[in-house]
Parts: sequence; structure tokens; C-alpha cells
Amino acid sequence: MTTLTPAPEQAPPAPASASAPRRRGRRARKVTSAGPLTHVLLGLTALLSVFPLYWTAVAASKTNAELAGTPPPFLPDADLFTNIGRAMEEAPIGLAIANSVIVAGCITVGTVLCSTLAGFAFAKLRFRGNKTLLGLVVGTMMVPTQLAIIPLFILIAQLQWVDHLQAVVLPTLVSAFGVFFMRQFLSQALPDELLEAARVDGASTLRTFWSVVVPVARPAMAVLAMLTFLTAWNDFFWPIIALTTENPTVQVALAGLGGGYVPDTAVIMAGTLVGTLPVLVVFVVLGKQIVGGIMQGAVKG
Amino acid sequence: MTIASDDPRVAAAAAPPPPAPPPATAGRRRRSRLTRNRWGYAYVAPFFVLFAAFSLYPFLYTAYISLHDVRLSDLDGATFVGFGNYTELLQNEFFWNAARNTLTIGILSTVPQLAIALGLAHLLNYRLRGRTFFRVAMLMPYATSIAAATLVFAQLFGHDYGLINTLLEAVGFDRVDWESGTWTSQIAISVIVTWRWTGYNALIYLAAMQAIPNDLYEAATLDGASRWQQFLHVTVPALKPTILFTVVVSTIGAVQLFGEPLLFSGNGMTSGGVSNQYQTLGLLMYDQGWTNFRLGQAAATAWTMFLIILVVVGVYGLIARRRARAER
Repeated sequence: MTTLTPAPEQAPPAPASASAPRRRGRRARKVTSAGPLTHVLLGLTALLSVFPLYWTAVAASKTNAELAGTPPPFLPDADLFTNIGRAMEEAPIGLAIANSVIVAGCITVGTVLCSTLAGFAFAKLRFRGNKTLLGLVVGTMMVPTQLAIIPLFILIAQLQWVDHLQAVVLPTLVSAFGVFFMRQFLSQALPDELLEAARVDGASTLRTFWSVVVPVARPAMAVLAMLTFLTAWNDFFWPIIALTTENPTVQVALAGLGGGYVPDTAVIMAGTLVGTLPVLVVFVVLGKQIVGGIMQGAVKG
Repeated sequence: MTIASDDPRVAAAAAPPPPAPPPATAGRRRRSRLTRNRWGYAYVAPFFVLFAAFSLYPFLYTAYISLHDVRLSDLDGATFVGFGNYTELLQNEFFWNAARNTLTIGILSTVPQLAIALGLAHLLNYRLRGRTFFRVAMLMPYATSIAAATLVFAQLFGHDYGLINTLLEAVGFDRVDWESGTWTSQIAISVIVTWRWTGYNALIYLAAMQAIPNDLYEAATLDGASRWQQFLHVTVPALKPTILFTVVVSTIGAVQLFGEPLLFSGNGMTSGGVSNQYQTLGLLMYDQGWTNFRLGQAAATAWTMFLIILVVVGVYGLIARRRARAER
């Protein structure tokens, strides 16, 4: 589980010229430049990845007949805004976006906090049963969501929380992935000497946590926050059971839109566009960091 | 792994800590002075309190419900039926149909997805112009929600107005009624899953590839191995743990598939098509509980899904261990 100290970058910073073809790089195979075919294939993949999202905007501004024309249209037109307005009337998308921000925000704060606390304990503190408890945490990753939702539904029905946001937030705070992720990061990034020094200085355990552990954990906390927010925003199964279209998150509102009550495809597509846009904007801005986070988590996983 | 047997320890996590163990011997002193035992429980407590309330207790309660006849319309009136829900499930053609669909969609969506991801990771591992752009673009589908992706693809796969049929017609094929055919609907749903997850898995493979030491490739080059041979004999073996990890995660996801088949129908029906041609186990469970109000049946389905995951992942583990032994 615990990896050894990560290998330091042994290679001296290489000059920018690519004249030496087989230099010992920091990374395997970085030595070969991609040929044109590689660029073409990757370009195609990028196009396929982004196209359905672009098509959402096109389909949101056309009638069905226009969409099926030959050649099909490839640019959205002014009707887009009319249809967005109609989608907002059909489904409470504004409310849904506000709800999603609240829900995903609360889940993110709570998850990052719990995961950092528990991850630190599993990485650095020794207490009886910590291996067993960690095994339990990892084991729960294999448990399907389906296994919890019936009792959870009964619970929120009894508490009269149906259609209230806390019904979505509380059960989603449990993130085995988060605990494991923070543990993996902290067992590498947090030197024992630092904790020892804090102890010698007479810092209390909580004080140590705030002033020693948290600063070290900050980059991993940021990555975990981004991934958690994205997952919470896109979560579908539990919200659709806990909420109704009266007080929906974005995903519940979209499910309602696509549920056959709106006959007009363009309006459904307009709603989909509005519901997806906030995440995509954030993603374009922070994309590089999210990519880095996923790749970091993968190596340690 | 077994969750039920560990619950006393979970209770212990939230309970007051046990007395500290005897003082450490000299060899262990530094380490144990540094970490004060009893504090560990305090740090993991917030997580485990939530975990006990919203995961462990529901898991066990689901097991309890699965042994009873419980109706959503009458939550307090539960009659004990033993394994009645399970035997009823095994005699239910809808269950077997859903299990078959889950298997075929699972294979159709997982195998191509991981194969393409491996190829993409290999391409991304070259020195590239616009590296970040490619990576972010490929991860865009991962940021798109199941609901949004399914609504868009349902439109693309539409019979009369869908772009895919328009293109098929343009090159001389007939229009395909994607939604109503068994194979076509399952392929369409698999395309949605593949679209959402391929880029994500490619990045995970890429990260693992970048951790492979360069010496291995240099040695292979000296031995005269071609590019392709290097990929087969250096890259793939080094990625085995990562591949196993992605296969396990994808399998767990495939068994639970729910949102895509629910929204693909375009009418919010839980039947998974007119003749249940793409009703998955996840959708069947929702159908039993929230359409037919039979929570006991739904709970039995949920536990069956969990057992399927345990068995499949167990088999993967055995295969991986066997192969590791054979290579030694």
C-alpha cells in the first residue's frame, strides 16, 4: 500500500532543443515526438468528445425538421435563446442550478474535511484496529448505491425530508474514495519529523492538525474538492429518489424535462445546455488541474 | 470485505477509545511517541459516524427488508417471508432478462472502452503539441452528467430526426430504429457509457505509463524490440495492476447501470423499453420499489447485485493471482 519515497527527478533540466534524440527523460517515452497520425487520431478523439456537447447547442436552436435536413445544420441560431426561455418555463432550471450549487458545495466542504481528518489518522496515527477500519473503508467502494437507498428513503420519509436538500447532502457525505485518497497522499507528503517537531514544541493534536497537516494536505484537498464537487453536481440516482421536480437539483430537473412531458426536442436540449454549462465552464477554467488530480490519484491508487 | 462481521469495530470507532497499549519498547519509541494512539479514533470518528448512519445501517437494514414483504404504500406493515423474495426473484423472467441485459451492456460498454483508453493513453504518451488541450477535451464527457449525456445521445440516436440516422441515410444505409431493437438499443446505451468514461480511463492509464522506468524501454530497444513489441511486452505488463483496477471499477459501475437506460426511453418509463429490451438490474430494482411499491423485492435485487459484484471481483482477483504465479 504505502509507496516508497517518490523518486526525485534525477534528470537535470534538459535544454529545450530536441536535438539529442534519446535523452534520459523524466518520463518514459517522452523521447519520441508524436507523428502526424497520432495528432490526427487524438484530434478525432477530442472532436468526438466535445461534439455531442456542441450539438446540444445546435439542437437547442432548431426544429426537428431542420435537424433532419440534408445537410444537417451545424451552427446554432437565434432561436436558441427563445428555447432556453421556454425550457426555463417548463422546468425550474434557475432553482435547480441554485440547489445544485448548495448541495454540491455542502457535500464538498463536508467530504474534504472528514476525509482529511480520517486520511491523516490512517496515514500517520497508530491505533488499534486501524488496518481493519481502513479495509472496511476500501471495501465499501464495492458496495452498490442500490444497497442503501431503500432504508435511506424510509428514513427521510419518516423525517419528512423528502424534497429537502439535506436529504441529498447527508448520505452523500460518506466518501470512502476521499478517505483513501487523502491517506495515500499524506502518507507520502507528510514527513514524520514535522509531526515530531510540532509535538516537541508542545502543540496540541488539534493545533498540529491545523498548522502542520492542513498546509501540507492543501493541494490534495483542492483536487479532492474539485472531484467531489463534480461528482456531487452530476449525481443522479439518489437525488432522483429523494427530491421531486418541485425542488430539484439540475439532474432531477433534466430527468423531468426528458421524462416525456415536453414534446419539443429543442426545448429539452436547451434545458440540457443550461444545466450543463456551469460545470463545463468551470471545467474549461480548471481543466488542467482536474486532469492533474485524476492522474495523481491514479498513480497512488 | 464482509461488512456485517465488522460492525462491532465500527461501533468501537465511535465509542471511547480503549486503554492505551503497554509502553513501547525502545525500538518503537520514536514512532509511538510521535503518534498518540487514542487520538486516532477522534480523527476517524466524523467519517465513521456518518458511515455508520448512512451506509452501514442502511446495508444491514436492506438485508432485513429483503427478508420481508414491505410495501412503499405501507411502510410499517412488514411481514416476514424468509427467502421468499429471493426465490420469487429467481423465478421471475424480468429478473433474468435484466441480468442478461446488464451483462451484455456491461461487456459492450466496458471492453471497447478500456481497449480504446489504452490506445489513447499510448498516443498521449508521445511528446505532443497541445498536450493539455487533448487531455482536457477527452475529459469533457466525464464532466457531463449522465442525465445530460443521455438526453443528447437519445436525440442523436433518434429515429426520424437523429443525426446518426441522417448520416447513415446519406451514405446509403436505411434508418435504424435504435431504441426499439434489443441489440441496437444496448449498443446505443453502451456508446453513452463509453463516451463518458473512455477519456477518464485513458488518463489513468497515461499516469501509470508515465511511471514506467525508462530503462525498461531502453533495454527493450537494445534487444531490438519494435515499437509494437515494446508496447506488448513492456507497457502492458507494467500496467497490469492499473488495468485490473479499471476493470474492477468499470464492472462495479456496469452492474449498477441505471440513469442511462432510464432516460434513454424518452418517456421516463422504468420498463427499459417496450419489451424491456434494455432494462438493467439497477432499473429493475427502481421499478420494483418505486413503480410497483414492492420494497422487499427491490431489496432482494439490491443484495443480489452486491453478491454479483463480490463474485465477479473475486474471480478477477483469482485470475490475477493465478497469472502472477504462472509468470513466476
